[in-house]
Amino acid sequence: MKNFNYHSAKDGKEATKLASSNSAYLAGGMTTIPSMKLGLASYKDIIDIKGIKKLSGIKVSGKSITIGATTKHSDVANSKDVKKAIPSLAQLAEGIGDPAVRNRGTIGGSIANNDPAADYPSACIALDAVIHTSSRKIDAEKFFTGMFETALKKGELIEAVEFKIPEKSSYQKHPNPASRYAIVGVYVAKNKNEVNVAVTGAKSCVYNDEKLSKALSKDFSTSAVNAINVSSSGMNSDIHASAEYRASLVATYAKKAVDAC
Amino acid sequence: MASLVGSRVERKEDKKFLTGKGRYTADITLAHQTHAVFVRSPHARAQIKKVDITKASKSPGVVAILTGKDLADDKIGGLIAGWKIVSEDGSDMKVPAHPALATDIVNYVGDHVAVVIAETLEDAKNAAELVNVDYKILKAVVETEKAMDSDAIHKDIPKNLCYDWLLGDRSKTKAAFDSADKIVKIDLRNNRLIPNAMEPRASIGDYNPSTEEITLYTANQNPHLTRLVISAFNAVAPEHKFRVVAPDVGGGFGSKIYPYSEDVVIAWAAKKIQRPVKWVAERTESFLSDCHGRDHVTHAELAVKSDGTVVGLKVDTIANLGGYASLFATVTPTYLYGPLVLGLYNIPAAYCNVKAVYTNTAPVDAYRGAGRPEATYMIERLMSKAAMELGMDQVDFRRKNFIKQFPHQQALVHNIDSGDYDAHLDKALEIADYKGFAKRKSDSESKGKLRGIGFSTYIEACGIAPSAAVMSLGAGVGLWESAEVRFNPTGNVTVFTGAHSHGQGHDTVFAQIVGDKLGVALENVEVVHGDTDKGPFGMGTYGSRSLAVGGTAIDKACDKIIAKGKRVAAKMLEASESDVDFKDGEFIVAKSNKKKTIGEIAFACYLPGQYGEIKSPLPEGDEPGLKETAFYDPINFSFPAGTHICEVEIDPETGETKLDKYSAVDDFGTIMNPMIVEGQVHGGVAQGVGQALYENAHYDETGQLVTASYMDYTMPRADNFPELKIDYTCTPATSNPLGAKGCGEAGAIAAPPAVMNAVVDAIGTDISMPATAEKVWNACKNLKKTNSKAA
Repeated sequence: MKNFNYHSAKDGKEATKLASSNSAYLAGGMTTIPSMKLGLASYKDIIDIKGIKKLSGIKVSGKSITIGATTKHSDVANSKDVKKAIPSLAQLAEGIGDPAVRNRGTIGGSIANNDPAADYPSACIALDAVIHTSSRKIDAEKFFTGMFETALKKGELIEAVEFKIPEKSSYQKHPNPASRYAIVGVYVAKNKNEVNVAVTGAKSCVYNDEKLSKALSKDFSTSAVNAINVSSSGMNSDIHASAEYRASLVATYAKKAVDAC
Repeated sequence: MASLVGSRVERKEDKKFLTGKGRYTADITLAHQTHAVFVRSPHARAQIKKVDITKASKSPGVVAILTGKDLADDKIGGLIAGWKIVSEDGSDMKVPAHPALATDIVNYVGDHVAVVIAETLEDAKNAAELVNVDYKILKAVVETEKAMDSDAIHKDIPKNLCYDWLLGDRSKTKAAFDSADKIVKIDLRNNRLIPNAMEPRASIGDYNPSTEEITLYTANQNPHLTRLVISAFNAVAPEHKFRVVAPDVGGGFGSKIYPYSEDVVIAWAAKKIQRPVKWVAERTESFLSDCHGRDHVTHAELAVKSDGTVVGLKVDTIANLGGYASLFATVTPTYLYGPLVLGLYNIPAAYCNVKAVYTNTAPVDAYRGAGRPEATYMIERLMSKAAMELGMDQVDFRRKNFIKQFPHQQALVHNIDSGDYDAHLDKALEIADYKGFAKRKSDSESKGKLRGIGFSTYIEACGIAPSAAVMSLGAGVGLWESAEVRFNPTGNVTVFTGAHSHGQGHDTVFAQIVGDKLGVALENVEVVHGDTDKGPFGMGTYGSRSLAVGGTAIDKACDKIIAKGKRVAAKMLEASESDVDFKDGEFIVAKSNKKKTIGEIAFACYLPGQYGEIKSPLPEGDEPGLKETAFYDPINFSFPAGTHICEVEIDPETGETKLDKYSAVDDFGTIMNPMIVEGQVHGGVAQGVGQALYENAHYDETGQLVTASYMDYTMPRADNFPELKIDYTCTPATSNPLGAKGCGEAGAIAAPPAVMNAVVDAIGTDISMPATAEKVWNACKNLKKTNSKAA
């Protein structure tokens, strides 16, 4: 690991002020630190935002639930509010990594990294999330722009993620047997008039499967999923799963999610 | 006195391990220590045109950068293959040069090119990045089955063939096949595995200029042999000026039996720079450069009579040795494999042909089971397939062909001393609730799931082995074991063993044996191992040999202690030696109340005279002290056997295989500590299940290891397992006085075919290891297509 300057920011303002073209924010460090140790990334300045109280915590309003950027996965998994309002979101958090990761990793870190196999991005898409940053609010569908890429500008800091509370929802994933990241993860959220089906792991970036969303909006049943031919075009293919297998898993896990709703 | 042997005695060593007080090589820090980083080949096969260290040498903190040329200049020898195999045509095996640091070619990704030694690890890493190696990349040979048809990667080794070995009788086997009613054929791949010991390898070299002695601390299963090899073949230091210490070692599974390039280089470098040098592998280095395991491609045929009698077996295997021949690489797919292809069946005619090939992959050597898992996988898959093709019940077919009379001379090599195969099969059927399988299968089917049951009735050969026998087959060492039992004057006992514990629990089990035998409390027995400066030369731990061979050496040293104790007691008690009995730690004169405890005798042996009230004259001819050494050379291998039964439930939609039930009944002979044996079975089964369902070292076509981290290499985890049902039967080994057969490898040997036979039973078609979800999904999908066509 190359040497760097370590800063602990006391508030968001100080954090953004310290940011430069050669800096990174550090929350749980579950990706940043291993990347630095492996020499895949190096920074001049590391800005630790863990100490900023305002960035952590869970708030429920009537229609939405807002989770601070540095809230740990374990806090989301164990939150009574989340369990009550959006149980599938608590379950998703419970299924991320292992206990060590869940006790350090944060929601803001997960979505800022936008790993194509991460779990949280699918929740953002399915639950029509709004990403609150130091300078604006971004709709989830515009936030995740590509593999490990987001709409965040240099130095822009995620402050919180606001999820819309659905009528029913479920997240089902087929984990990579080695890493336990999602080979395919399908998040189904049923609102009053429409259904969102977000898929992670299958392609280079999380996406809303419009065909499945449309079909389930009309008829919320597994037979509606059966009628859809999920195409393998554009899907990832690696030693763990071919594109065809992933396509099949998308349909299978969409059905599992519908069943679990 | 309650017996320690046979009890669930808590492990003496666990307190330190569970409280983080183990002292592993990486925990050792010496004064003035430097840090080493190895520059490794990023290519699978390349010519080294130039190693330029100019820039790196100027990097901050660099103490020395050493290359293959420096090693050659100092006349440091290369790594060796320790077991000579002779081909069927009478020619010797072909072994390439294997310098500890490559000079002109590299042969796998991770091969060693240079070592950078610096004041700090960071300095060494930064400088290593600046070492500029000019490679001419050559086309890599990667696939086991294509190696013989590819470019020769080593000079003077045509077809990349190390040897073409035969065990058995081709003409007798042909006659048996001619007489058969049915020939059952199978093609199998035994997937390459990466050992993944919890503690990565590590070495520290320390040179003492005053004694001119090198000390090498290393994570190793076999310190004496490591010293011998590095002295005799690498010529780093003469044996008497070279000490090897293997302190606490966190797992080996075979991958730490032999010295590696790093051990040679670190020991040599410490003397060269006259400062301690420390190297600790990072996990990816372990994936790339620890010796791997298995990697066979096999075609086998079984000749059967229509009544289900097996009359012959043919086995043709290609075994991948990797880039070089590692120390025990050549024996693993021959004498540890070939004799075992017969399983525990009475098969009168057989041959096993093995072609061992070099490829541009990490060297392959012994890994938990070493040869026996490959043999067992082959014969147990083939037996299941034969039963299916004959339309016979899996259990009946196996039982019909079991060896029933002991001792039994097999058609290939082994003379099996004892066993009762019906006994463990019957017990396994009971604990696995075989009778309830049909109901469980239909329950699964009603949920849209497939259920299968798989059997593995296995045998293995442990306790390697009679030195005369193995040396006649090409072993470069004798395979006895040593022990020294030393009474201290105050009555406690230090036991030195040539075996080495890296998780097995020797500190406890050997203390149990000594405690019972000499009547000394467990806490007053200390077991010492892992240091060539302490205790006699030993042969280390592998092949489930520690108890059967090392334990017996201890037992024999105790016999000598008791014999001397009797002489001393007789003199002290003024009785005839033949009247003195020894029981529960006391020497008692028959038909009298005269006795001495063994502690008193020990004390007397160290104070041979009169001191106040104590009168302890030694018998004439006896020397003072109470310390005895024994070297034990076994008269035969030992033959653990057992039945493992596995049940899986498969979701055809996702291809996921759930291990639903696993039952194991093993005959390990006499069991010293059932708790430790359970742990060994749990660990072995977990590794076997890992091979069957998850693990695979995957090289791409250019020879890059794709599975070089835990992100891609799938280890089995606790949540992959149901509760394992474990039980035992016992027919004591007749080849050692303890009756012990060995238990360390059984799980890894028995489990892969049990699991795979269950998967095949569930999906109704052959499938290769590891049976990953996608492979199973594909098989289910294809089957569905075939079925719907048939309908």
